[in-house]
Amino acid sequence: MLPFNVLLYLAAFLFCAGLAVVIIKRNAIMVLLGIELMLNASNINLVAFNQLHPAGLQGHIFALFVIIVAVCEAAVGLAIVLRVYRYYQSSIPDEIAELKG
Amino acid sequence: MNAVTILFYFFVTLAAAAAGGILFSKNVFKSALLLLVALLSVAALYVLSFAEFLAVTQILIYAGGILVIIIFGIMLTTKISGRPLVVENRHIFSGALAGVGLFVVLTRYLPLLPKYGENGLSPTNIDVIGFTIFSLYALPFEIAGILLLVALIGAAVVTAHLKSKV
Repeated sequence: MLPFNVLLYLAAFLFCAGLAVVIIKRNAIMVLLGIELMLNASNINLVAFNQLHPAGLQGHIFALFVIIVAVCEAAVGLAIVLRVYRYYQSSIPDEIAELKG
Repeated sequence: MNAVTILFYFFVTLAAAAAGGILFSKNVFKSALLLLVALLSVAALYVLSFAEFLAVTQILIYAGGILVIIIFGIMLTTKISGRPLVVENRHIFSGALAGVGLFVVLTRYLPLLPKYGENGLSPTNIDVIGFTIFSLYALPFEIAGILLLVALIGAAVVTAHLKSKV
């Protein structure tokens, strides 16, 4: 039988790597990549804890809804990135400091 | 140590290495491909933890959908200016502090948990997922559908009529 706490360690590492990518990288698309990494880490946690409480498969179903919300986030986020890029000719979040459209 | 255990640790190492590669790579496109490696190895880990429907969904939606959208975004935001794909780093100290600190805090309490889960899952649980989604979770399912529709229309509206400021 496979140890499930290895999955929890992996999820913790993936979440922290995603957080560091979000903070460190100077590109809006890299920030989106980091967010996807963090969402995946939460999904691994849900699947791992589902092994602890397997009745009803609630972990799997919650992970499915997390994937759905991740799809929406990626689509809308990239639309905003494209829009901002066309407007400012830059995809660096720090350079976009103007509120008036 | 049988073959399944070796595969399990192989995919765990692969996912962790790909995540580290994203953190240290300076090329957006390479990072997207490393994210693909991480997503596919996570799908393999789902298969090994008896979550095969989730694994198929992960491959279809993450590796097939989100990654294609991200690569589209990379192509569309780098081709116009002709700038290289190199990404600079900023706030390295605070980012490393946040990442390492959160990792230490998270792994501090993990040894309190049991090492092995219950083996209550049957290898085929797709029918259970289908019945549960359409009975107990019917309302969240419909709301998720509406959310997808709203996100689709919103993304289309946001990107329509693109005008350049300069």
